[in-house]
Amino acid sequence: MSTQRFGERVPRLNDAKLLRGQGCYVDDVPLPGAYHAVFLRSPFARARILSIDASAAREHPSVAAVYTCDDLGPLDQPLPMLSPHPAIIAARTQRPLARDEVFHVGQTVAMVIAVDRYTAEDALRLIDADYEPLPVTVDLASAAAPGAHPVHPDLTDNIVGHFAQRSGDPDGAFAKAEHVTSLRVRMDRSTAAPIETRAIAARWEAATGELTVWDTTQAPISIRDGLASILGLEENKLRVIAPDVGGGFGQKVMLFYPEEILVPWAAMRLARPVKYVEDRTENFIGSSQERTQIHEIQLAATKDGTVIGLKDSFLHDSGAFAPYGIEVPRVSASAIAGPYRIPNVDVEFKAIYTPTVPVTPFRGSGRPHACFALERAMDQLADELGLDRFELRRRNLIGPDEFPYVREGLKYVDDGTITYDSGQYPKALAMIEEAIDLERFRREKDAAAKEGRYLGLGLAFYMECTGLGPYDGCRIRVHPATGKVSVNTGLASQGQGHETVFAQIAADRLGVPIEDVIVAQGDTAAFDRGGGSHSSRSAVVGGNAVHKAAVRVRAQILETAARLMAVPEESLELADGRVTVKGANRFMTLAEIAIAANPLSSPFDRPAEVVSQYGTAGQELVTVGEGRAPGIEASAYYSPSASPWAYGVHAAIVEVDPDLCSIAFKRYLSVHDCGKMINPTIVEGQMIGGIAQGIGGAFYERLDYDEDGIITNASFMEFLMPYATEVPKIEIMHLETPSPANPLGIKGAGEAGTIAVPAVVASAVEDALKPLGVGRFHHAPLSPNMIFEAITRARAKAGG
Amino acid sequence: MKPPLFDYLAPVSVEEAIAARARYQSSALLAGGQSLIPALNFRISHPEAVIDLKGIESLRGVELQGSEIVIGAMARHREVELDEAIFKANPLIRETLGHVAHIVIRNRGTVVGSLAHGDAAAEMPALFLATGGSVTARGPGGSREIAAGELYRFHLTTSLEPDELVTEARIPALPARTGWSFQEFARRRGDYALAGVCALITLEASGACQGARLSACGIASTPVRLVKAEEVLTGTSLETETVNEAGRAACAHVTAPDDNQTTSAFRKQLVQTLVTRTITRALARARARL
Repeated sequence: MSTQRFGERVPRLNDAKLLRGQGCYVDDVPLPGAYHAVFLRSPFARARILSIDASAAREHPSVAAVYTCDDLGPLDQPLPMLSPHPAIIAARTQRPLARDEVFHVGQTVAMVIAVDRYTAEDALRLIDADYEPLPVTVDLASAAAPGAHPVHPDLTDNIVGHFAQRSGDPDGAFAKAEHVTSLRVRMDRSTAAPIETRAIAARWEAATGELTVWDTTQAPISIRDGLASILGLEENKLRVIAPDVGGGFGQKVMLFYPEEILVPWAAMRLARPVKYVEDRTENFIGSSQERTQIHEIQLAATKDGTVIGLKDSFLHDSGAFAPYGIEVPRVSASAIAGPYRIPNVDVEFKAIYTPTVPVTPFRGSGRPHACFALERAMDQLADELGLDRFELRRRNLIGPDEFPYVREGLKYVDDGTITYDSGQYPKALAMIEEAIDLERFRREKDAAAKEGRYLGLGLAFYMECTGLGPYDGCRIRVHPATGKVSVNTGLASQGQGHETVFAQIAADRLGVPIEDVIVAQGDTAAFDRGGGSHSSRSAVVGGNAVHKAAVRVRAQILETAARLMAVPEESLELADGRVTVKGANRFMTLAEIAIAANPLSSPFDRPAEVVSQYGTAGQELVTVGEGRAPGIEASAYYSPSASPWAYGVHAAIVEVDPDLCSIAFKRYLSVHDCGKMINPTIVEGQMIGGIAQGIGGAFYERLDYDEDGIITNASFMEFLMPYATEVPKIEIMHLETPSPANPLGIKGAGEAGTIAVPAVVASAVEDALKPLGVGRFHHAPLSPNMIFEAITRARAKAGG
Repeated sequence: MKPPLFDYLAPVSVEEAIAARARYQSSALLAGGQSLIPALNFRISHPEAVIDLKGIESLRGVELQGSEIVIGAMARHREVELDEAIFKANPLIRETLGHVAHIVIRNRGTVVGSLAHGDAAAEMPALFLATGGSVTARGPGGSREIAAGELYRFHLTTSLEPDELVTEARIPALPARTGWSFQEFARRRGDYALAGVCALITLEASGACQGARLSACGIASTPVRLVKAEEVLTGTSLETETVNEAGRAACAHVTAPDDNQTTSAFRKQLVQTLVTRTITRALARARARL
């Protein structure tokens, strides 16, 4: 008997291949004779381009072409604005190659095509580009203030957009408040730094008019649709493949990076394959970043710790362009009230241009900032009211019987009113409280204090709206020769494990061993309608589409088998790759059924004879019945009507060395609820990876822009991604509250891990250093130097 | 991130390597390549020729010769770190090497390469100063010995001539009644240290401090001997207050300016803390060896 695979710890089906180095990434795609592209990039944050003399580079014997904006013809125009929200005041997107002016260090100015990357880099140095640097305001708060140098010369300020929304009666709540806590928090700029940088390769077949593009994108279908439009090609003449991709985290979903247009365009123009593989330096200055926001948040409370109102006003750093409009800060604004009842909310933000690398969503996408603001405020409120941090949260968490919980007036980025679907927030808090063992922690803290060591406990709750629409789809086909099942989806994997979880869902419905399910994704030739992998949506939207298609295919299998075996459907059982007549020794394999469902004029092998005119099956089977399709195959689309909200709570015990100002994680705990888990091992992988990335954002990863807008630590030597040695063992506890929002009861899990960590670490360090009279940590990422300065200030205050 | 064009030479003898060096205006010696290759790829370094030393048999290996540890120019960090005889002769070497980057880097990187590269934040030059080692430099005119104290001029700048090649380094074995310690503070395990301190404390039979050799990396434009702290310790009975005073005295050696990780004030606190901790550790080890 087949067992249910949904919910099982099925080992990831791709790991053997990937771990053996047998993956095929864009750079591995064999393209004999391919040219290599490199890009001249702006060395200035803002400058006027006075001249570009590429004649020496063009004369280099190994150079095929050098292009500037003047060579691009109709392509020389601003790239699409992807989220034209009405609150946007000034939408600016970049051109593929800069014209007249540059807007951030790293902006593409010219493209060199040569026989290999080495000579292309040599030729790059032969281009004589003359710039007149312009004054800049890099710091977010200064860029938002009057007198800032505008990034865009046609604007008088740097405001991308101004957005406000409210729920309930926040002014009334603050008027009634018995206590108001106020704070200013800040989170700094970071980057996703996927281990595989971005890469694009393209091959144009002039004879057939077909263009094939290999792209590390998270959304190959969107790229195909957009490229077809820009290059004037029919959709069916353009195939976009996202092969194995080494991490994306949001950085690889953009329409478009200049390279994504220019490389295919050059391949068509030169009639030779062209390849571009971003190097690490380029990834730091040429691929999207995220994170900087400054929040002024206030909580209005009664003396017993009931939070009755929240006001948050924040600045969001958009970088030099805003291709995603105000998406990221809108996510922040949607997440600001977290898991708490807080009935009265007023949130507004200004998104601000700065002459820096453009900001687009990065795993967590606006939520770590909101979580940092809210959870730091909750800790401060607890202290001010003399309440325990757990108790304050307990008093405000939305209860399990309050769903659906609607925040009237607050919208998510899909413009739907924020509606939490389900959850057991108090139980999650209780689980982590029990796992920490607060009594034990207090004993250990006291014992450590006697040795001059400082232990602290950090805590933060987080929420995540997952499974963004509009839809995704899937086509399932049972193969006649083998009986194996193809599951073709429009999603693309950057390592998440889609091939495993989609196979689990299909295997259950179709009664086949999981090894017999072949998942195809990331290739418009496999499936070409859908949205891509981002926004913690693949499992929710793609998974439910697989489920729907599998339900249809299952019905076809049973109906066809019943017809072939001339028995009622109810007497049939589908399992182990065959349909069996219950209680009888009669069965048909899926292969036989798939053959029988596809009438042939000429049989290709002996089994196929049965469905041909030469077979024995009878004439009525050699036609496709009205309203039926040949073979066993069905497509389905899932378009969510409601969003499942995942949530969780993290805690950490850290030891702070007040002399070296270092931190060491003693424990890191996470309770997480992503609804029903398709595969707990994969969920845990997402949690661990997300928390590791969150630890980066909490204590290590920060891009240092200097006052000229130059990133001074654009390398892995100086941009500190945590190593395995910095990431503690993560204790993961699962809570499964099935989501009523979709048939499978699942919620997304991709981004969750990152969200709470900066708030947890700040909370823990603050708790550890309280005995020294050290104040609050409201700036992430924290750093040893920041801890040093906080302790120094506290000592000076104590001394004075 | 691809290197510019260069000539590649693979000599099989030191003489051949030196002759090759003389033929070019600019050349780089390739030993472990852990600093050179990134510098080439970033096009920070663009020599006419890269001279690969791995084919020169005589540069390989590490051995104990009497009371000296002799490290060939091609001896890898990891080889030196794991050598039991070397560990017995001077355990500070293994302790320090454990902080040099990561195992995969130590598998390729060479001790002599690190000493000759002269990164002010690197651990091995600091150890070299504390232990009072020396290198042998060969040039067209012959060989000369350069004492550790004479080698470092500035960050990545040494007293080696452009046509010279370091054939080996010598590090004394640990003296009698001596304790050792290396400790550092790096943002991540294996990174260059924001500050690192090497301590060797030699006791008299009575237990008093006969001598102290302290050095630090990451705090100035070269690795530095912390002589001001050494002076505090010598001749004392190493009471806790004396050790703390040495820590404070060491701060005077911090000359690195504020950078995007660390202010000078924080770096001073790091040095003070590390000096105090390394002396304490070295002292305990020295007492155990009395």
